[in-house]
Formats: sequence, C-alpha cells, structure tokens
Amino acid sequence: MSPRRQGWVTAAVVLLAVLVSGCERPPPESVQRGYRGLGMVEFWNPRTLATQVSANQAPEALPPAPAGGPPASAVFKNLKVLGDVSVTELTRTMVAMTAWVAPQQGCAYCHAAGEDMAADTLYTKVVARRMLQMTRHINTNWKDHVSTTGVTCYTCHRGNPVPAETWTVNPGPVTAQGMAGNRAGQNAPAPQVGLASLPFDPFTPFLDQRNEIRVVSTSALPTDDHKSIKQTEWTYALMMHMSQSLGVNCTFCHNTRSFAAWDASTPQRATAWYAIRTVRDINTEYLNPLASILPASRHGPLGDGPKANCATCHQGVYKPLFGANMLKDYPALSGVVMTPAAPVTPPPQVSANFAIIYFAVASSDVPGELPSALVPIVTALKNNARATASISGYHSATGDPTQNSDLAKNRATAVQATLVAAGLPSNRLILLKPMSAEANLAGEDPMARRVEISVK
Amino acid sequence: MAEYQNIFTRTQVHAPAYAGVPLPRGNWGREGTPGVSYWLGKIGDAQLGPIYLGWTGIAALICGFIAIEIMGLNMLASVNWDPIQFIRQLPWLALEPPPPAYGLHFPPLNEGGWWLMAGFFLTTAIILWWVRMYRRARALGMGTHVAWAFAAAIWLYLVLGFIRPVLMGSFGEAVPFGIFPHLDWTAAFSIRYGNLFYNPFHMLSIAFLYGATLLFAMHGATILAVSRFGGEREIEQIVDRGTAAERGALFWRWTMGFNASMESIHRWAWWFAVLCPLTGGIGILLTGTVVDNWYLWALKHGVAPAYPHVFPVIADPALLQGVAK
Repeated sequence: MSPRRQGWVTAAVVLLAVLVSGCERPPPESVQRGYRGLGMVEFWNPRTLATQVSANQAPEALPPAPAGGPPASAVFKNLKVLGDVSVTELTRTMVAMTAWVAPQQGCAYCHAAGEDMAADTLYTKVVARRMLQMTRHINTNWKDHVSTTGVTCYTCHRGNPVPAETWTVNPGPVTAQGMAGNRAGQNAPAPQVGLASLPFDPFTPFLDQRNEIRVVSTSALPTDDHKSIKQTEWTYALMMHMSQSLGVNCTFCHNTRSFAAWDASTPQRATAWYAIRTVRDINTEYLNPLASILPASRHGPLGDGPKANCATCHQGVYKPLFGANMLKDYPALSGVVMTPAAPVTPPPQVSANFAIIYFAVASSDVPGELPSALVPIVTALKNNARATASISGYHSATGDPTQNSDLAKNRATAVQATLVAAGLPSNRLILLKPMSAEANLAGEDPMARRVEISVK
Repeated sequence: MAEYQNIFTRTQVHAPAYAGVPLPRGNWGREGTPGVSYWLGKIGDAQLGPIYLGWTGIAALICGFIAIEIMGLNMLASVNWDPIQFIRQLPWLALEPPPPAYGLHFPPLNEGGWWLMAGFFLTTAIILWWVRMYRRARALGMGTHVAWAFAAAIWLYLVLGFIRPVLMGSFGEAVPFGIFPHLDWTAAFSIRYGNLFYNPFHMLSIAFLYGATLLFAMHGATILAVSRFGGEREIEQIVDRGTAAERGALFWRWTMGFNASMESIHRWAWWFAVLCPLTGGIGILLTGTVVDNWYLWALKHGVAPAYPHVFPVIADPALLQGVAK
C-alpha cells in the first residue's frame, strides 16, 4: 500500500469512527404508547436497562417487629418524631436507616459515640430528624405524586450519607469578571440539562423559587402575554433535567405536537406537575432551612445547602427503584395527615437593595406609614443620587384576571406613593411591569400577593 | 463511459491566466496574480484569482472582522480567557442578546450591548457585501440574479435579528450568536409559539427548501447525463435545441409527463431557492406579532387534525380546586 493510499485509508477509518461515536450499541427497543403517527413512543436498550435494573434494586426488608409494646415516646427521651410507633418498631426503623444512610459509619454517624442516644450533639442527628419529618410529610401530603408507593430514606440515599444527586445554587463556570463574557446563565456544556447550552441552573427559579414554568401562549392570537424566548429556554432546561432524571423522552408526558395541551398529554404529566410542587415544598420547607446547621463542606459555592431535584429520587429511572414499594414494610415512615396552615400574610423580606412586601387578600394597602422593610431602600436611594428603584406588583391566581391585573398595579403604586411620602422623587421610583404579574399557578398564595422593590 | 460518472470534474482546461474584462472607470484594480491549481481544477475552475475587493469589499471585511472579534472575545471572556476551554467549549459558547427587560433600549455592554454592536457590524458587513455583489455583476454586464438571491437570505437574517425583535419591542427576542445556543433558541422559539410546524409559511419554506435541493439534483443529473451529447452547452441549447436537450426533455416527459425547458429549469431552481428564505422570513415575522400559538391557530382553521384519545383525558391540575401549589 502506497503511503498516500495508507493516508486515505486512515482518514476514512477516523471519519467513520467519528461518525458512529455518538451512536448507541444496538438493539434499542421501542413501544408505541399514543395514537399511531404521533411519535408517542418510548425507547429503551435492553442492555443498559439490565444494568439499570440491577443498580436500582430495593434492599430486602427487615423482619417485621413483633406487634404491641409501649409507644416509643413513653420510653425514649427527646423523641420529637416517631414517638407514635412502638419501641420495637422504632428500633427496627433505626436499624434500617443505618443500613440505608450510613452503612459504613453506623449508629455513631448521628448518635455521638459514648453519649446518651437522646443527645442532639451531632448535626447529622438534627438533619435526620428533620428528614424523617419530611418523609412522613411527603408520604402523607404528596400522594398525588408518590401515590401509595411513597418514599423511604433509601429512595434517595442508597447507602450514601448524602444522596448522590443533589443540587446547590450554581453560579456557573468562572468567567472574566469584567465588561464582557456574560454567559447569561447558560451556554456551558451542563450535565444537569443533558449537555445542552440551555440555562445550567433551572433549579433555583423553578424548584426553589416559584417562577412561572408555563411559557406557551394559551390563545391563537397575541394577547398581553409577553413571555419571552429566553424564559422559554429556562423552562426547556427544566424539562431536559426531568427527561434526563427519569430516563424518558418528552413523549413520556407530552404529545409534542402541542407541549401545552393537557387533553393530548399522558397521565404522567399530571404526576410530574405534582412532582414539581412536591420538590418545591420540600426544598423550601425542609432542605433550605437545614443549610444553617450543615458544616461548610456540605454547602454549595454560594453557601446554600444541598437540595432535591428529580434526579435525587429517580436516579435515571422513570419510577425510583422501578416502583418497588418499600414503604409498606416501614409503617413508621408513613406518618400522619397534617392540616395545612391557614393563609397568612408573611413578614416582609429585606436586604440592602431589595425588599418584598406582602399584602392581604385583595388589598393594596401598604401596612403601616413607612414599613420597616422600606427603610433600607429609602436609605440606599438617599445615599446614592443616581440610584433608581424599580417597583413591581404581583397578585395571586385566584379571582378575576382584569381585577387582579389592576390589583398588582395598585400595589406597586401604593408602594411608590409610600416612598414619595418618605421624601423620594417619583422619577427615581420606576414602576416596572413584570413579565407575568400572576405570581402563582392557581389558588391563593400569600407569597404571590407581593410587591418587589429593587435598587439599581 | 465512466468519464461522466465520476464525482469530480474529469476534464481541466488550463489556459493562459485570464484577468477579466476591462473595469469601468472609477473602479479599483484587481488584486493578485492569477495562478492555476490542479486540486481546485478537480472541483471547479483551475484558475485562482485575481480578486476584486473595492471599497465595499474592504469595508465589509473590516466590519465582519469587528463583528467576529466582538463575538469571539466575548466568548473567550466567558471562559475566563482560557484558550483551551475556548476550543473545548466553542460549540456551546455564545454572545447573548439583552434580557427582555431592556426592551429596545441600549443595554449595558455586558448585558447585550456587545450583542447589539456585533449585530450592527455583522449587518453592515453583509449589506456592504451585497452592494459589492450587485456592483460586480453590473460591472460585468451581468444580470443581478445572484445579488437578489443573496438579498432573500439577508431578509430572513434581518427578520430574525432585527425586524421581528423591533416589532415585538424587545431585542431579547433575537437570536444569540453561537453554535448550539442558536439551535436551542430555535427549538425554544418553536415551543414558545406552540409548534412552528403548524405555521403555513414554515411549511412553504420547508417545501421550497427540499424542492430546491430536489430540482438542483434533477437538473444536475440531467445535464451530466446528456453531456456526452453536448448537454453542458446549456445556453446554446436554450435557443438551438440539439439532441442533448431533446433527449433530456423526452426523458422527463417519459418519466413524469412534463418537462422544464433548458431555460425555465434555471428559473424553477432560482425561485425555489429564493422562496425558501422569503417564505421562512414571513413565517417568522408573523410569529408572536400576528399569531401567538400556531397549534391553536391550526386547530381553529382546521389545519391540525384531531386524533382519537388513547390515554384517559387528564385535566390541568392548576385548574383544580383546592390543589396545593
């Protein structure tokens, strides 16, 4: 073979290798789910599925505890959760938890060695207690998502003290801190969104905060709805994460001829809708507040604690552990029904350049003459004559849309008037109409009835 | 026989280098001494050069260079000036348009200001290049078909990056400069407006896109197939049909009952190619300005068919009473 021909052959082999490098080794299998011709098809590869199945097996249940015996609360001290089960059931649950969460470290991971079992010396014990409350809360109040299969510690932990898949606020890759190179929260090969160039942290706005996920217009012709393409990219990123975490395509939930239409979607979409609310709930109520007691090594780069997303439980499988029902063997984790608290107006949120003031239902009255939340804003504006404040009003989803739109605006103007009364010129108090003044999806939400003020 | 079935040009004409017709007064001179390349002769004319730049060409290249510099340096800054990461992440990197909150106002440099500047210089470069194409065609006494075909592509580019964003009142609606990012933008655009495949102008654009490639393949194949009868002398055969034209015409009449003529086939191909970006641009322009959800629009006008329900019909949980949010 001449050197030139050898060169051509090498080039051809390299080209061929590059061409097939993105391919998956056969044989993928498929099943049609929806009506024919709509591409409602699920794919899987038996070879990778076999690996997944063996990696997602529920551990053998411990032998059941003998019935009867005194309740644990009558025997143990400092018992704030699980007091309602028997002593033997509690001990059995503790043994199971050790195997699920800290198999290497043992009991001493939470109960400091040589100390009373009741002592709260280690932060891990405080976290574990809160996680037990969370598990019971999910199994009781989020049946719309977890059904009766429920969750146990093992659903997420799988033998790790910290679940393998968690997230913290992601500031993104290091960029030059100057006047150029703004990534706008995207444009990096982000594994959490399937290596797309989509926004790399869709979790903060959607799974911690309650930003609007729906971006598709609900009417054929244009309305006041000005959701942007950039906003769509954030939603798209969240959907990529969901798809990747569950190992499914878009068509698992959606008919892709209309992502928005519920009458064309599969029942899984409703389950996923509740999933987003479940995760938001546990992130804001259970996981975020724990950040303060975690050691710095557990914190993310911005100092927040690890939180849950779809991958935390699912780990690449459409149902965690392929739907194995572990909860039925551990009654201590199913918990009791809790009644939701009555809607109240939350206290305002304040920082040096940003404030949120909450309002009562259907009211645009600013509480007090100059609410304490606005004091730092007034100071910031008085200290910097070039600074301006933008004021945006929001409303909750209940009620008449036109009235609500006025209400959101009235709330913003009321705050503006309060600031004018505090001696600030109105031309530095800019009313900024938000993309969507409706700050929640449905019903009444105290967090939605708000005005945001930010100084720039 | 095998002569005409090779993918490369088998015959190369090597002649004394030809500098071209005399240039009109006021034109710049042509640059470079013409040379001959055997490898170029495989795919086209073996003669390389001379090139005519002119002031529009020079200005277009300078503007284009500035635009690419702004994009490239922003991408480089986004990987903290690391050349290795720049190469590795290049397909993902982008220069993003401003956030929608800035509307049509000038944003700070690092929040879309650079994007506006890059867009300005790129547009200037493209339009100057168009002027150059138009004037070079005129200088040769040619028609300006190439320039107008290029203008069709510029129309689509301007609709995406300028006209539609202005009508929507936000530069944030425009396309980012980047390889994967502009593809993600395209998918997001379709999602936001309820599936662009139900946009009839998008349908037309696709038809013209595939149609143009099909016509091009049909025409190229026909001419190659009859070139042994002198078919590559297409222009002569337009007015003086020889056996090549007759055989080609008969072939298509036999196979599909109708044939284009030696002249009209070029108009077919030109219009199909030009209508692809023209109709595509109209489709983009109507999206968000006139129609907000193409799927719902298509349902309303009987374009999208209804399919039988296979799954139990589910309601939007957000509309249910007493649902936790």
